[in-house]
Amino acid sequence: MGKAGGDSAALINEQGLRLDGRRIDELRPIRIEVGILRNADGSAYIQFGKNKIMAAVYGPKEVHPKHSALPDKSVLRCRYHMSPFSTEERKNPAPSRREIEISKVIREALEPALMLEDYPRTAIDVFVEVLQSDGGSRCAGISAASVALADAGINMRDLVSACAAGKVAGQIVMDVDDTEDKEGQADLPIAIMPMSSQVTLLQLDGQLNDEEFHKAFNFALDGCRRVYQLQREALIGKYFGNNGGNSDGGL
Amino acid sequence: MSAVKKTLVVEQLKRGQMNELLAKGKRLDGRGLLEARELKVFSNVIEKAEGSARVMLGNTEVIAGVKVSLGTPFPDTPDKGLLVVSAEVLPLASPYAEPGPPDESTIELARVTDRGVRESGMIDVGKLVLREGKWVYAVFVDVSILNVDGNLFDAVSAATVAALLTTNVPKYEMKEGEEPKKTEEKIRLPIQTIPLAVTMARIGDYLVLDPTAEEEAVMDARITFVTDDRGNICAGQKGLSGSLSVDQITLAASTAKLKGEQVRAIVKQGAGYVQ
Repeated sequence: MGKAGGDSAALINEQGLRLDGRRIDELRPIRIEVGILRNADGSAYIQFGKNKIMAAVYGPKEVHPKHSALPDKSVLRCRYHMSPFSTEERKNPAPSRREIEISKVIREALEPALMLEDYPRTAIDVFVEVLQSDGGSRCAGISAASVALADAGINMRDLVSACAAGKVAGQIVMDVDDTEDKEGQADLPIAIMPMSSQVTLLQLDGQLNDEEFHKAFNFALDGCRRVYQLQREALIGKYFGNNGGNSDGGL
Repeated sequence: MSAVKKTLVVEQLKRGQMNELLAKGKRLDGRGLLEARELKVFSNVIEKAEGSARVMLGNTEVIAGVKVSLGTPFPDTPDKGLLVVSAEVLPLASPYAEPGPPDESTIELARVTDRGVRESGMIDVGKLVLREGKWVYAVFVDVSILNVDGNLFDAVSAATVAALLTTNVPKYEMKEGEEPKKTEEKIRLPIQTIPLAVTMARIGDYLVLDPTAEEEAVMDARITFVTDDRGNICAGQKGLSGSLSVDQITLAASTAKLKGEQVRAIVKQGAGYVQ
C-alpha cells in the first residue's frame, strides 16, 4: 500500500482512517424510510452520509403522449434532479447534462429488476430528488428508488442496491464521499440485484490498474450487499413492523 | 405543471356535500370554516444551505433552502442587495405535476411569496451591500413542493420565512482594490419583520381558511393577504376567475391579521428565532 504524498495524504491518516473517521471498508451512516410522501404510489427517503434524497413512484398509469406506450410492457421513466440548495454553490434548477445522463443510467439500473411485462400500455414514473448532495448521490438515489418501487407494489424480481468504491490517496476505499470524490483518483459506482448478483449499473471515472479494479469492484459489491440489508429492514419495518412509515419531519 | 388540477371529477361530485356542510359551518375534513390545519415547521434540515426549513401544513409539504453568493446589484439599485424567491412543484409532489419549467400558477405562487418578503421589508437589503454598485449579497430562496394538498401559498410563505430566519451568511473581508474575500465568520441576515401569508378560498357563498386540494378543486376564488408583525398588510393576491364581495375581502384581511399572529408564533418557534 503506497503512501501518497502531497495534499491527498491527509485523506487517509496514519491509522488508516479517512477524513470522516471511517475505515477504508466502511460505509457512511445510512437511514432509509419507506412511504414518506402521501400523494405518491410509493416513496422512500434515504440519508446516506450527508446525502438526503427522496424518491417517489407514480404508476403504472396511462401514458402521455399515447404514441410512446409499448404494446407488450410498461414504459419506465426516471428523473434525477438536484434541488437548487443541495450543493455548496446554488444549482440552476433546470436539468443539466449531468442530471440527464444520471436519469438514464438510473432507469437502466432499475429496469432489469422490474416485471414491466406485467403492465403493458402503461407508464411508471420514478422521481429522484436530491435535497442535499454528498457524493454517491446516484447510488443512494437508485437504492431509494428501488425501495419506492417495492412500496408502490410494482412486481419485481429483486431489489436494486447500489454503492460506490474508489481510489483515494492511493488506496482502494468503499463508499466515496464528496471530498474523496473530488480529491481522489477514481470512482466506481455500481448497482446490483443482490439475489442474483447481476450488475445493473457500472460507471468508472479515474484510473485503476487490474488489481485495483478487482479490489474496488469487490468493495463496491460488498457495499451493495450491506445497503440491501438496510433496504430489506426498512421495507419489513413498514409492512410487518410497528413503525408505520410516515416520517416525523426530521430530515 | 399546475399545482392543482382544475377539474377533478371526484371533487366536483363532492361539491353538493361540501355545500351542505358549509351551510352548517363545517367542512369535509371536520374543520370549522376559519380553522387551519396543523402547521409544523422544522428548520436547518439542509446543512449545505445557508438556511432551510421543512414545512407541513396538513398533508401539504414543502422544503425551502437559502443559498447566498456574491452578486452584482441592478444598475438602478446600486445600494441594495439581491433577493430572489423561486418555487417549483416537484413531479414527485402530485400525480398531476409534471417535470418542466414552472407554469403560470407556480410562478404566481413564487411571486406572491417574493412580494410578501420584499414589500414587508423583512430583509434590510440596504445592509446586504459590500461595495456600492459593485458587490452585494445575492440571497436565493428556492422552495420545492414535495406533496400537494392545497394552500401552497401559506406553506411556501411559512417555509420561505422560516428558512430566511435561520440563514447565516458568510462575512466578507473588503480591501481597497481587491475582490471580496470570504471569511469563516458568519452573520445573520438583517431581519426587520416577519411577514406571513394567510389564504382563504370562496366556495359558493362561504369563505374557508386554509383550503385542502379537494376544496381548491371546487373553489370559485382565492384570496391571500400577507401581514407583518407591525400590524401592516404588505401583499395581497386574489386568484381564479370568480369574484369576491367587499365584505368577503374585509373578512379575509381581518382573518389574515388574526391568524397571521398564530402562524408567526409557530414559525418563530420552528426557526428557533429570538429577536
